[in-house]
Amino acid sequence: MPETPTLLYCRCAYAQVVPSGVKNAVLQQLCDSGASFETVSDLCEMTAHRDPRLQELAQCGKLRIAACYPRAVTGLFQQAGAPLPEGTEILNMRSLTADEIAQQMLRTEDEAAPAVANA
Amino acid sequence: MITHTARPLKVVLYEGKGAIALPAEARLKVMTALLDKGYAVARVTATGTQTSPPQDDHTLLLLGSFPERQAPALEDVTGRVKIEARDITDLDAESIVALVDKTRGEKPMNEPGKWKPWFPVIDYSRCTNCMQCLSFCLFDVYGVSEENKIQVQNNDNCKTNCPACSRVCPEVAIMFPKYQAGPINGDDVSAADHGREKMKVDISSLLGGDIYSALKDRSAAAKSRFSKERSPDKALDERKKCLTKLVNDGFIPMDVLASLPSPDEILRKSEVAKARAAAALAAQPGAGAAS
Repeated sequence: MPETPTLLYCRCAYAQVVPSGVKNAVLQQLCDSGASFETVSDLCEMTAHRDPRLQELAQCGKLRIAACYPRAVTGLFQQAGAPLPEGTEILNMRSLTADEIAQQMLRTEDEAAPAVANA
Repeated sequence: MITHTARPLKVVLYEGKGAIALPAEARLKVMTALLDKGYAVARVTATGTQTSPPQDDHTLLLLGSFPERQAPALEDVTGRVKIEARDITDLDAESIVALVDKTRGEKPMNEPGKWKPWFPVIDYSRCTNCMQCLSFCLFDVYGVSEENKIQVQNNDNCKTNCPACSRVCPEVAIMFPKYQAGPINGDDVSAADHGREKMKVDISSLLGGDIYSALKDRSAAAKSRFSKERSPDKALDERKKCLTKLVNDGFIPMDVLASLPSPDEILRKSEVAKARAAAALAAQPGAGAAS
């Protein structure tokens, strides 16, 4: 049976550069689903103080992250000493629609991998 | 200003076995309110992966709607993590945030609106370890690892909203995720972006390949001119013009320019940074063969 990915949502609460309509709608769809998921207030803020929680997230196996640009998210984890595992999917709330993100975050493992997700 | 503090509390919205699922609207309101206050929150249901307890010695606060409004007594078998559980039946989002704040107590935490996480992030898939950022930054944000690899070592020193080092990076490898525009915000780097940065390096080499020497010469020339002309107004005017151009070009924000050290201190710092960069470059494998 395929490993169930950990779902992580970043609120970008410390500078609000992610469109609020998108991030609110993504959170709503996650909340409305029956899924377990992790949320953080702001990945940048956690990287700033090398929060050990980033290590826990990076080590939890398969990850799907709704945050911002994949290059930035990858760099943030690396800078915090918690490089993301290969195959991590990063969905960009600054460029994709809420429906696209929610659909990819909540898809089952046997559904096709999305063209919009980035490793 | 608080920056270097690990989050003191992890909040879990528990809707798994033994708890009653929250109404959908209430769940969203609670999650939103806690996140916007700066907390990390996990939602745990009967399905999906379970949240992992913190690996540090912080507190795990479990919130749920429990039968007979009785939160269970929980204990970490390893004894490392303090687990507290609270019943939140009929509490509104505001009351739940107050309850979480109370549990956190006096432990410090960065809060949104009071501090902006602003620091460079290096894209190591592009970085060539050329040390230009180390030589350029006057605020000691950059350093070198034991393996002579460029690192962001003092992110608290970075000046909020200043993306200048990303613009001097010839490989467009420096990102500021909180910046509005790409590729500095982490967006993909186009050929045009790359070309633009290369052009900047060419301009730098036109100045003799060493921007600090050029500035030093310019400063010496200005001093000499000032001593001849004895016009403080003219000197001040020229300085204002230069600063206005830098600000208008969006290169460096005004408040960063205002916080620059004195010219003598800039020269001293640039010498130190140059020496560190040169030492790191010299220590890189193949440095001898290349020179």
